[in-house]
Amino acid sequence: MSDMIAEVDVLVIGGGTAGPMAAVKAKEKNPALKVMLLEKANVKRSGAISMGMDGLNNAVIPGHATPEQYVKEITVANDGIVNQKTVMAYAQESFNMINQLDRWGVKFEKDETGDYAVKKVHHIGTYVLPMPEGHHMKKVLYRQLKKARVEITNRYMATRLLLDDSGAIAGAMVLDTREGGFGVIRAKSVILCTGAAGRLGLPSSGYLFGTYENPTNAGDGYALAYHAGAELSGIECYQINPLIKDYNGPSCAYVTGPFGGYTANSKGERFIECDYWSGQMMMEFYKELEGGNGPVFLKMDHLAEETIGTIEHILHSNERPSRGRFHEGRNLDYRLGMVEMHISEIGLCSGHSASGVWVDEHAATTVPGLYAAGDLACVPHNYMLGAFVYGQFAGQSAAEYAMSHELPAVDAAQVEAERKRVLAPLANPDGLPPAQVEYKLRRFVNDYLQPPKVTKKMEIGLDRFAEIRADLDSMSATNPHELMRAMEVHFILDCAEMAAHASLYRTESRWGLYHYRVEHPEKNDADWFCHAQLKKNDAGEMTCFKRPIEPYIVELDDEEKDAYNRLRVVKQAATA
Amino acid sequence: MPMTLNRVSVPVTVNEDACIADKGCTVCVESCPLDLLAIDLLKKKAFMKYDECWYCLPCEKDCPTQAIRVDIPYLLR
Ligand SMILES: Cc1cc2nc3c(=O)[nH]c(=O)nc-3n(C[C@H](O)[C@H](O)[C@H](O)COP(=O)(O)OP(=O)(O)OC[C@H]3O[C@@H](n4cnc5c(N)ncnc54)[C@H](O)[C@@H]3O)c2cc1C
Ligand code: SF4
Ligand code: SF4
Repeated sequence: MSDMIAEVDVLVIGGGTAGPMAAVKAKEKNPALKVMLLEKANVKRSGAISMGMDGLNNAVIPGHATPEQYVKEITVANDGIVNQKTVMAYAQESFNMINQLDRWGVKFEKDETGDYAVKKVHHIGTYVLPMPEGHHMKKVLYRQLKKARVEITNRYMATRLLLDDSGAIAGAMVLDTREGGFGVIRAKSVILCTGAAGRLGLPSSGYLFGTYENPTNAGDGYALAYHAGAELSGIECYQINPLIKDYNGPSCAYVTGPFGGYTANSKGERFIECDYWSGQMMMEFYKELEGGNGPVFLKMDHLAEETIGTIEHILHSNERPSRGRFHEGRNLDYRLGMVEMHISEIGLCSGHSASGVWVDEHAATTVPGLYAAGDLACVPHNYMLGAFVYGQFAGQSAAEYAMSHELPAVDAAQVEAERKRVLAPLANPDGLPPAQVEYKLRRFVNDYLQPPKVTKKMEIGLDRFAEIRADLDSMSATNPHELMRAMEVHFILDCAEMAAHASLYRTESRWGLYHYRVEHPEKNDADWFCHAQLKKNDAGEMTCFKRPIEPYIVELDDEEKDAYNRLRVVKQAATA
Repeated sequence: MPMTLNRVSVPVTVNEDACIADKGCTVCVESCPLDLLAIDLLKKKAFMKYDECWYCLPCEKDCPTQAIRVDIPYLLR
């Protein structure tokens, strides 16, 4: 089969949340540009917002919060390790983006006067804007893609980026996941929007696809950026979420909190002051879960019938609508019992924590011509609205770059090597099935990388990962679908190695449970008040190094700095 | 290397009387973000081909004849 070849100006990889916005904004910047949106699934139903969303977790709306307050909140929630410029750029654009989405037809909750009905969930400020009718997000985005005349290529996955001889972006190499063909897409600039590394740890149910994240997001973009020589940041700051046990989806305290629901221990008592997800909150959750007061629950059984009806409507029709079906199967009624909660498997995601590809406030990575937005781009706690805002920045920046650059030449050697790597499992029909390799790999991730992080365990983990790397060559695929899964196993392994290296590098504890190192239990600002970066060096090895934190543009006082270290309910702490 | 086929129960059930794949419908096949559904070429009906489900429901919501029912995968139920 001959290669599929396409030539475009801007190539957007991943059409979930950030990707469609990036593609539309690149076209808006210059309608003459050829912009392609490449998606592993189908843009109509792909990504984290496939079935909509319960609300905006980080809306900065005048009258409720200022950009400065938001920058402070995220700086503290992320334990000081932020490039404030990137968070500020988001915060300043947040309100414009909400208004634009509102004009496009996204339905946000409003009060009697027509103002956005923002709720307080964070520790300090007020940032949560509910979307009880938020199930139509993808339709709204699709309409804009059509209107802007973005070229959509569904059911193709990018497997490696293509570089020119100066190390700048030249396009991407792709796999046709339905037919098994290999292809090259030449581009002047590329935007990565492939979401989180959501298939890293193994859910405790043992079901490979029962993840918190949409499991199409296997960490593809992290690996693509890494192999292209880009810098990644904060990989040791894992994503770990408090989820409905076994179901492994959010329940979610952001929805129920404003109605009076809260996280409780087995006695039905509140033990954390604030349900906003942070590493510090997860540490308290973990302690309660493992201590004598566990397990942990979401408590709603004290609420009025009408309130519970409203909560059920949101939780069972939006975002993860099969929640209702799960509770039904377990005979759980929110009126009569509490929802058992648990800790998720580990993942990488800057949408929720801070692990991602390093970007500046224009969404530029350290590779010329390569931009990134959404869960895989390192702008801490960026969530859905951050994906939209950085999607916009990336679209505009990549369009500008494409307008001032020629289409780079293609290096035949890179293409040949990648074709061989991608198609190898098809030529090896009786090798290892990808699902078995993935299961073993992800079980090792749980065994050796899950916090509390122990040095010796992570070192053993790296040995096991090296053995699995040797197994990759003997993986088989009996059809294109299995070939897609085989290529994802490569990505998952890259992410597992990154997670181990980055965690070993930072010899202190920070971000509560996210980076709790047993041998280095204290935070050490003297040595580690810095970003920990990771990249592939010239010898092809994974290396880590420090990047200083840019001077803050919004100063914090000592009381504020410590706010997220005081999450435990005080009465509780005194008796504990 | 030697191999075997393990049986697994899958979460998606298609009501074949309601499914109109024989009239050319492929809506659920296009919706699924994980590409798990296919049309059986002999029966001309949709079915779940791979047990890799996120129980996310686009297939069920988008089916024009409500022919699909998604259960929570057995391991999580
Ligand atoms: C269950 C859940 C609930 C959430 N709730 C909220 C909430 O209430 N409020 C909030 O603000 N945020 C919430 N979030 C976070 C928010 O949804 C994400 O931060 C945001 O949607 C991420 O957007 P993204 O574009 O980075 O990723 P996605 O929207 O997941 O898009 C990534 C896309 O890339 C595609 N892709 C992956 N790899 C490749 C490849 N190799 N080639 C081509 N395409 C590829 C995928 O198919 C996917 O479509 C939630 C997330 C989850 C998972
Ligand atoms: S969407 Fe419904 S009718 Fe169409 S093929 Fe699928 S199951 Fe059959
Ligand atoms: S529930 Fe989601 S993952 Fe499962 S078959 Fe339907 S669309 Fe696919």
